Amino acid sequence: MARRVKRRTEKDTEGEPGEFVTIYVMGEAYQVPKGLTIMKAMEYAGYRFIRGCGCRGGFCGACGTVYRTKESYKLKVGLACQTMVEDGMYLTQIPFYPANKKVYNIDELTPDTQELVRHYPEIMRCIACNSCTKICPQDIDVMGYIQAAIRGDIARVADMSFDCIMCGLCASRCPAEIVHYNVALLARRLYGARVAFRAGHLQTRLKEIAEGKFEPGLDRLTRMSEEELSRLYYQERDIEPE
Amino acid sequence: MYPESMQESIKRLEATREERIKQGRIPLLNAEEKKALLKSFHPDYIDTSMRALTVGPNKGDRTPHEIADLLEAWPLVEPKRFDPDKPKFDVDVLIIGGGGAGVSAALTAAEHGAKVLLSTKLRLGDANTMMAQGGIQAADKENDSPERHYLDVLGGGHFKNIPELARALVTDAPGVIAWLEGLGVMFDKKPDGTMITIHGGGTSRKRMHACRDYTGAEIMRTLRDEFRNRGLEVIEFCAALELMTDEKGVCTGAAFVNLDTDELFTVRAKTVILATGGCGRLHIQGFPCTNHYGATADGLVLAYRAGAKLAFIDTIQYHPTGVAYPEQIVGLLITEKVRGLGAHLVNVHGNRFIYELESRDITASAIIRECVGQKNGVVTPTGRLGVWLDTPLIEVLKGQGAVKANLPAMYHQFARFGIYMDKEPILTYPTQHYQNGGVLINQWGETGVKNLYAAGEVAGGIHGRNRLMGNSLLDIIVFGRRAGRRAAEKAKAIGTVSCGFKHVIAFEQELKNARIPRDRCSPLLLPDYRRAGLQTPFAFVG
Repeated sequence: MARRVKRRTEKDTEGEPGEFVTIYVMGEAYQVPKGLTIMKAMEYAGYRFIRGCGCRGGFCGACGTVYRTKESYKLKVGLACQTMVEDGMYLTQIPFYPANKKVYNIDELTPDTQELVRHYPEIMRCIACNSCTKICPQDIDVMGYIQAAIRGDIARVADMSFDCIMCGLCASRCPAEIVHYNVALLARRLYGARVAFRAGHLQTRLKEIAEGKFEPGLDRLTRMSEEELSRLYYQERDIEPE
Repeated sequence: MYPESMQESIKRLEATREERIKQGRIPLLNAEEKKALLKSFHPDYIDTSMRALTVGPNKGDRTPHEIADLLEAWPLVEPKRFDPDKPKFDVDVLIIGGGGAGVSAALTAAEHGAKVLLSTKLRLGDANTMMAQGGIQAADKENDSPERHYLDVLGGGHFKNIPELARALVTDAPGVIAWLEGLGVMFDKKPDGTMITIHGGGTSRKRMHACRDYTGAEIMRTLRDEFRNRGLEVIEFCAALELMTDEKGVCTGAAFVNLDTDELFTVRAKTVILATGGCGRLHIQGFPCTNHYGATADGLVLAYRAGAKLAFIDTIQYHPTGVAYPEQIVGLLITEKVRGLGAHLVNVHGNRFIYELESRDITASAIIRECVGQKNGVVTPTGRLGVWLDTPLIEVLKGQGAVKANLPAMYHQFARFGIYMDKEPILTYPTQHYQNGGVLINQWGETGVKNLYAAGEVAGGIHGRNRLMGNSLLDIIVFGRRAGRRAAEKAKAIGTVSCGFKHVIAFEQELKNARIPRDRCSPLLLPDYRRAGLQTPFAFVG
């Protein structure tokens, strides 16, 4: 049917005309419509992102931004794609951080209490200032998981850090030069590969596949006509109850 | 924090909740009902939204205008500005794209002895993979089988899928899960290691594996870490502008621009894997999208000029549940896992109207019918339409705290705007999500151009006319690994290759004959969201 509904794209979600705020991007003042995210406000102002923009949905950590608001000494942070502009906002992005990452072979590691410290001994320098937790845009208790890492509690680090998007803001504030998110990444990989039990049913299925158990069935299905498949799908396919 | 105007409808939704729980599952639609619903309300069926291509391997095939405008377009940078004889890198396997498919391909090609180079126009890992929340399918439970998975895949794709591709997908699936498990991906498990799996739209068995609602992010950050541990070479912020070919049209590398410095350079390779992802940022029919910044269909353009045939380019997936309120995050994804956990879709009057876990094209069409056809949508202060997802119902069904535990990313997303989805419903409307088709491949990831491979969303044929949830995270790794292995093995048998742009020059002749306007250029590389009047071409375009 011939029908075309005009929908607005991301481009024109630009607040009400007339309502403007002033933001300062790296010191330069711009008038932008109220109600935009920092990212869309910067684009409105004329920035075309090469760096500092990734998923635009709060998952990738590319757009970590540091800002102050009017007459406040306090440094705040947020993801540019998720944080609304405020009048008088003074901001800069931190699109890249020169982080230390250790190289390892996950199969050769031992998931003991010393493994995290062995790779990242600087975690012992944590002075418990809590700057990392305060800056985290994901509201993760970053200092808490670094303390758990010092104790060697891999499972706890893995669980507490799970929502990390590796934006690097924690590392940018750390007086002990810890790269928290890489410590957490190692902990999660250690937990997933070496602490958690492997799925037994998965190994059974792999064995069956290797033995060719499903080949005759798949041979039959791949040769079926659309009509035969449709009949099978609509008439014989049972659905596992909730 | 909903405005007064929307509160009334929320009260109706709360009033019908108990009744809805008792109602049980709404019957699934049959084949005829589905066909009628799609025809009347699926955006793909709007005639004027597409046109037939006038040049290239798919001449005569229909595709949305936004894709056609990029396929029927002149090179962004004239080939003569590149020096194919002095490549900056000379490798066995070049992988273009740094998402899940690209990184899986690179890891696998390297395992098979190839010298690899991976390029990405953003950072390593900036891709839709990172944003996939809900899960990854694999038939690895006792009550399930690859055959069942196959039938679900075909049913979802309206039986148009290329059988050998769907077969590869379901057969490799359990192996993919095991590979990821071994790399340390933290799947949701019971203490004894048993995978916790749930339903997704169109599944007949609970085979959706998840990592809370960060499934793609958890997979991507693990693969990226492994890539770095293996010391593989990557060039970031370098965008591919053209493929290169030899005298016979065999693919032998690609031409790039460094987006930081505007340097133009070439990479010579024995085999090339395209893993450039999809096209969400084209905003087909003006829809908002769920995709990352770089989803601009570059791979389709490059492959098309080199002579690769595309498949199913007339079908776009609209995710049923994009954010419809608040305005600031309109179009972002609300994972299907929300419905997998039991949340109902509810109209302005508090009534359900479709089984929540029909396949995506069906559910999306049903929501559009409810809002546009039946006028039963909720209207937001800016005039958008939507239907409710009754998320507090998850707390009723699965226990208090279930929303926060299973959907931490979603919870966080809405809490930023003062909406607490364990207590209030969230408003949704379909959003552009996925490119169902793409560069036609065979089961080894080979395209119609010799020594050019494709994997991930850029590839087409696996999902037919509609992909099921959880089969994309799966296909990027299945076909990333297949292409990586094949491309590495193939490269071993190839000596020195020669590079040029003969295919581009031939394509330019076609464009000229078809009178394609000279100012229409591609690939797009990145969308331009600057306000009108401030938009300019990239400096390197010259």
